Amino acid sequence: MSGRGCGGNLIIKTVSGFLIPFIQLFALYLAAHGDLGPGGGFQGGTIFAASLILYAIVFGLDEGREKVYEKAAGVMAAAGVLVFGGIGLLCMAAGGSFLQYSSLLPGKVKTAYHLGIYGVEIGVGLAVAGALLLLFMKTAGSRDD
Amino acid sequence: MTEHFPALLVILPLLAAVLIPFSPAAVKRSAWHISFASAAASLALAARLAWETFALGKVSYWFGGWAPPWGIEYSIDPLGALLLLLTAFVTCAALSYSRAAAPAELAAERLPYFYSCMLLFTSGLTGIIITGDIFNLYVFIEIASLAGYALIAAGRRREALVASYNYLILGTIAATFILLGIGYLYMAAGTLNMADLRERLPQVYHTKTVLTGFAFLVVGLSIKTALFPLHIWLPDAYTHAPSPVSALLAATGTKVGIYAMIRVIFTVFKPEFNPSTVPMTVILAGLACAGIIYGALMALAQTNIKRLLAYSSVSQIGYIILGAAISNQTAMTGSLLHIINHALMKASLFMCAGIILMSTGAEKTGDLKGLGRRMPLTMAAFTAAACSLAGLPLTAGFISKWHLALGAVEAGLWLVVPVILAGSLLTAVYFWKIIEPAYFSPAGERRPVRPEAPAGMLAPAVLLAALGVALGLAAHFPALGAGRAAALLLGKP
Repeated sequence: MSGRGCGGNLIIKTVSGFLIPFIQLFALYLAAHGDLGPGGGFQGGTIFAASLILYAIVFGLDEGREKVYEKAAGVMAAAGVLVFGGIGLLCMAAGGSFLQYSSLLPGKVKTAYHLGIYGVEIGVGLAVAGALLLLFMKTAGSRDD
Repeated sequence: MTEHFPALLVILPLLAAVLIPFSPAAVKRSAWHISFASAAASLALAARLAWETFALGKVSYWFGGWAPPWGIEYSIDPLGALLLLLTAFVTCAALSYSRAAAPAELAAERLPYFYSCMLLFTSGLTGIIITGDIFNLYVFIEIASLAGYALIAAGRRREALVASYNYLILGTIAATFILLGIGYLYMAAGTLNMADLRERLPQVYHTKTVLTGFAFLVVGLSIKTALFPLHIWLPDAYTHAPSPVSALLAATGTKVGIYAMIRVIFTVFKPEFNPSTVPMTVILAGLACAGIIYGALMALAQTNIKRLLAYSSVSQIGYIILGAAISNQTAMTGSLLHIINHALMKASLFMCAGIILMSTGAEKTGDLKGLGRRMPLTMAAFTAAACSLAGLPLTAGFISKWHLALGAVEAGLWLVVPVILAGSLLTAVYFWKIIEPAYFSPAGERRPVRPEAPAGMLAPAVLLAALGVALGLAAHFPALGAGRAAALLLGKP
């Protein structure tokens, strides 16, 4: 696969261009529903990364790099871990044990768990999406070769 | 606040590790300071936690407030506390050594990632020691291993990449085995909490599922601990890794692997499981004896200093496994003492090897002629550490090997005693290959670039070696702690 991607195949480009926003929407839906239904941050993050990887494969690596900076992917991955750990520490600061969401909103256990898990899922999603994108970009070759 | 220490011990280095490489340049420049601060804080937390554990007997932490066996539990007993303290201490020493050593062996732009990986590695090891959940154990083994592969690949030669790759393949096979084993146990017992598994497994001890799970776990962990004959990844990895990494890996990586093995055999399974179904202890003792002799003979044949030390590790790991396999109070105490002794001494030896390499460029035993006079402190530390590993009286090694030999006699394993003694003699012989040219040969043509290494590198190496002698002189203190941990492991009050 060279920097130009799938050459000039119009069908692949058109279909992918049409589908990618929906794939990303689906990723966000999965990430948001992790606490209630099937799915979650990991799955959402994976699909989100897949949509951008698809973009890079179809439109070429150089084009892909313009949409996602390698550095941004790294920061995203690190931010995800920090969000997860930060929520855990926040629970600790509020008097509970690590990731004990109920301590965040005293009296509103249900809401606290809902929001807590939601935040953690976002963290997981960020970390997974960032790490996958980073892996793809690192293994797909550097600008030099 | 103190009740949160178990969680903080794992989370602190983990968060510091992701913070360093993805921050502004100013933070990246102070990568060493951040990682050292994190390691020092971990040491303080570990010391406090160890004190509490020895006072209370067991400390437990429930994640998210969920009670075990439903929630994930962190639990620390005296054995865990001992290992926790050891890991935190050696990490601190290795990091302070890295400050001068890492820039000499690595490109400047890689340093933040290097320190980040060091922190991830210790975070993984701490997690392995502290967790009371067997699936959690697997996750932490993976964290530590992945960081380990990256650390080994950071070596200055291209061979480091091959060594890291070989370790990656074997390590992945090991991790797969461990996960499979955990899966089988979960299938049979329906729980992942170690204490709960211990209670539920006896009803299904006779099933093939449990037996298969046990076999997968032991083989997988044997690869991680580099038990002979599954040690083949170790010599290359230790030889080509940067010297602070060799010190850290040799001191803590394999030790924590052994800890995980001891946990599986003695905590997840009850000691009576082994003799009744599989002669596990006989197999392990046999392999350990073979490893002691094989490692020592291979070390004797090496001319590269770091490779010699790596084979020496294979031999010393045999001692530790042997004590655990004999599994009576005395031998187990000896095994735990040898974990401490070998961790401190091997870290010191690898640090000395790194210092010698940096100041003189010497990698071979023959290049060391007259070094005892030019680098007196380095060679003194090296010699003291070597004496302790060989088990000379008045060193920590004597105490641990004494317990091991005594334990073997108590168990009536007379065949093992000569192996322990022969291994010790061979240890003395292969270290003599380094000490002899350094002290008793006229100076060679190699002149050190500077007379002694920077104090930052020398201090941890000397401190660790001195601890070996100190623990040998004040043997009562470590033996008491190890004895207590051994008694709890073997199910005696």
